[in-house]
Amino acid sequence: MKNPLDSLWGTVISGLVLTVVLYFLAKSMMGG
Amino acid sequence: MGDFIVYGLGRWLHILAGVMWIGLLYYFNFVQVDAMKAAAADQPPTGAGITKHVAPRALFFFRWAAVVTVLAGAMILGERIDDALLFKERAYVPIGIGAWLGLIMFFNVWVLIWPNQKKILGIVPATDEEKAKARRVAFLASRTNVMLSMPMLFMMVASGGIFRRALFG
Repeated sequence: MKNPLDSLWGTVISGLVLTVVLYFLAKSMMGG
Repeated sequence: MGDFIVYGLGRWLHILAGVMWIGLLYYFNFVQVDAMKAAAADQPPTGAGITKHVAPRALFFFRWAAVVTVLAGAMILGERIDDALLFKERAYVPIGIGAWLGLIMFFNVWVLIWPNQKKILGIVPATDEEKAKARRVAFLASRTNVMLSMPMLFMMVASGGIFRRALFG
């Protein structure tokens, strides 16, 4: 599998996905 | 007066230095990487000026802006730094996540990017094989920082007042 960080837009999409994941993690850590 | 300096000037400095750090990170990734590729494909190659005059200056402000950003951030958190980094208090969770992402990025700058860039730019001696490896490590660490900058900035802007209430209730 190709590393998404090799492409600029793969990097940006990875950043967006990570932002969504961490947003929901933070929300759950704060009690929903 | 103490609060004025810590929260007013400290936050201002944190953002000024942070803009310089992340701005140069985006310059490297959105502009310089592809520019160097195109310059290397020219006949004869035209990238020497960037390597000699632009990259070292950009890297100087990049790595020292990272230091100022982290120190100013630590100053703003002050004695609440453990509430943030250890997620001890609900209100400090977003800034805690943002701070951890910033610290990982700071580690990448000083431990992975800068030592390898010194080899790539010829500031320290390296064989062609070592340079090729250094280029890959520095590139991936830099791209990792672009990826991490997105949730980091989200958590930073979501960490206070009306913004935190709007996003996290």
